[in-house]
Amino acid sequence: MPKQEPEKRGSNFTEVALGYTHEQAIAEASRCLQCPKRPCISGCPVSITIPDFIKVLLEGDMAKSVQVIKEANSLPGICGRVCPQESQCEAMCVMAKKNAPVAIGRLERYVADWERTQGIAMPSMPKSSGKKVAVVGCGPAGLTTAASLARRGHKVTLFEALHEPGGVLVYGIPEFRLPKAIVNSEVNFVRSLGVELRLDWVVGKTVTLDELLGNGYNAIFVGTGAGRPMFLNIPGENLGGIFSANEFLVRTNLMKSYLFPAYDTPLTVGKKVAVVGGGNVAMDAARCALRLGAEVTIIYRRSEVELPARREEVENAKEEGIIFKLLTNPVAFHGTSQGRVESVECIEMDLGEPDASGRRRPLEKKGSNFHIPVDTVVVALGTVPNPLIPQSTPDLKISSHGTITADDRTGRTSKAGVWAGGDVVSGAATVISAMGAGKLAAADMDEYLKG
Amino acid sequence: MYRIIEKSPLVPNIHLVKVDAPAVANKAQAGQFVIIRVDEKGERVPLTLADWDREAGTVTIAFMEVGKTTRQLATMRAGDSISNFVGPLGNPTEIEKFGTVVCVAGGFAVATIVPIARAMRAAGNKVIALMGARNKSLLFWEDRLASVCDELIVTTDDGSYARKGVVTVPLKEMLEKGEAINRVIAVGPSIMMKFVAATTLPFKVKTIVSLNPIMVDGTGMCGACRCSVGGETKFACVDGPEVDGHQVDWEELFSRQRAFLPEEKQSLEMWQRHQAEATKVQT
Repeated sequence: MPKQEPEKRGSNFTEVALGYTHEQAIAEASRCLQCPKRPCISGCPVSITIPDFIKVLLEGDMAKSVQVIKEANSLPGICGRVCPQESQCEAMCVMAKKNAPVAIGRLERYVADWERTQGIAMPSMPKSSGKKVAVVGCGPAGLTTAASLARRGHKVTLFEALHEPGGVLVYGIPEFRLPKAIVNSEVNFVRSLGVELRLDWVVGKTVTLDELLGNGYNAIFVGTGAGRPMFLNIPGENLGGIFSANEFLVRTNLMKSYLFPAYDTPLTVGKKVAVVGGGNVAMDAARCALRLGAEVTIIYRRSEVELPARREEVENAKEEGIIFKLLTNPVAFHGTSQGRVESVECIEMDLGEPDASGRRRPLEKKGSNFHIPVDTVVVALGTVPNPLIPQSTPDLKISSHGTITADDRTGRTSKAGVWAGGDVVSGAATVISAMGAGKLAAADMDEYLKG
Repeated sequence: MYRIIEKSPLVPNIHLVKVDAPAVANKAQAGQFVIIRVDEKGERVPLTLADWDREAGTVTIAFMEVGKTTRQLATMRAGDSISNFVGPLGNPTEIEKFGTVVCVAGGFAVATIVPIARAMRAAGNKVIALMGARNKSLLFWEDRLASVCDELIVTTDDGSYARKGVVTVPLKEMLEKGEAINRVIAVGPSIMMKFVAATTLPFKVKTIVSLNPIMVDGTGMCGACRCSVGGETKFACVDGPEVDGHQVDWEELFSRQRAFLPEEKQSLEMWQRHQAEATKVQT
């Protein structure tokens, strides 16, 4: 996959992966054996009929290739970029055993990008069912559910708390991994299906689920994600210059602080930034900080093998010059007399026996404390769901982690007329798993609405 | 887009804006706030509710000109629109029949104490209001506040009107006299709220303050507004904004409020230069 050169891309926010040329796409598509077992399909959380879209692409019918994908996945331009294909479809590819799997994700991206240049085709729409549905949260789960229900004839209103649609797609994943023009294009496609988008609506405050049900909505899907950041809870964590990854990314991606002062929201990172965490969000935050001119260090308590981030993003981060301090954990933050962070006190770690998650348990090496001087810290430990909907909906069953309890196969919650899916149910996960949950819920909701 | 229905200056640099926002007006309660964004490039800022009209679908906020955003908002007029107006956010003021409630307001927070005093009175409390300003020219809504409380005491730092002194002086007097006070609510600059809490602490009177940290989303997703209350980290936007004033780590709040001072200064200076040039072009 052609990429921007590391030295160059480290100072801009434009997309790193440049996409296939037509020749590259055809060459890659030709590698697909069209094998009879088709294990790739079972690796896909939304079961795209992968060999079919590849076959049609080879035949030169790009429009049809997109349609094949869209039967299962309404947001291919996004998934082709951010799905961890290497642990999903591509992991199952028979070619993976011999040399490299077919680059399914890159092919998906190629046809989706082609469609965008042509103008996205409108699918045929059924008769109106006369039913109204409220979808809460305009992220991957909500967008998918809204599109699916609209295509089944229902009148959908999509409620979004922020001033732009997309959820993590717009506030979390940076421009250089997922251009916002693509997110806008996908959102506009969903709106073209007749879905009404309402921004600035904080469900749980501006309106409650019970009020929606009382106001003529026949069913509700809650896809509010896992947007509340977790902190380390160590001394000094509230010093100035210490941000949750959410705040850091919201300022950078949603509020465009990298264009300050033309855009009003500030974010000055200084010269040295430490990012605590090892997932995709930590990589995103680190790579944003680098582009803001800092020397960036990732601090992670386990070793490289355990890093939860996509391999591809770890490689990109390393190429860009981000330092990885592994087997290291912060124990305290120290600040100036003005209340601003100036160093992270860390301790070295060893790996012991596996814990409940199956990963080797990190153990402190007593007395190995040392300091890393910093100007800014980003805490990227993970997120849990926002409490506003549970707080305003007493009969909605919630787990001890704050996630909404919902059936695996249908998305039904404990509250009549209310479904849920995505990170708000599973805890922080992927765009594609949120979409898969949205699809299942939409199918079940459709039966309920028509039943 | 949210249309400005009315806009008026209350006193120098303090303005009242009435905005067409039916969804917010419908659910608004005393003590809550909205997050506004003036235009596409604007930052998101919190402003506490001063008034609302559920029938008309309007919400009124008060603000003081401080930095770029508030100065830009000050130049807007009735008929203009602001990009985003989100709410009502935060937990509403806890309203119960406590007995005697003292509402203390400093600066432009007089606007936001009015609905709180009104709600407390409606719940059967005896309401004593204390309002303070630096000098007479900065006082506003005295009549309006008087109409929603049983007793109103006004102070000016320089003595140019009513009692001379800061707003904690009459409060301390009441407490020392042994007046039965069941609850104090203080809204205003954080330093004022700190001193109100310090004043009531020896008398063990429950004191509620309305935290005013920097915010970005205002819905609980980023932690910009985190404050230490009772040794625990709370998000002012969803766990507050009203909290027990005796439990707040004030120094931490002050220092977090200062986190972007250089950038705020830069932004304001750029705005002022831009305004000066625009005026030159016109003449």
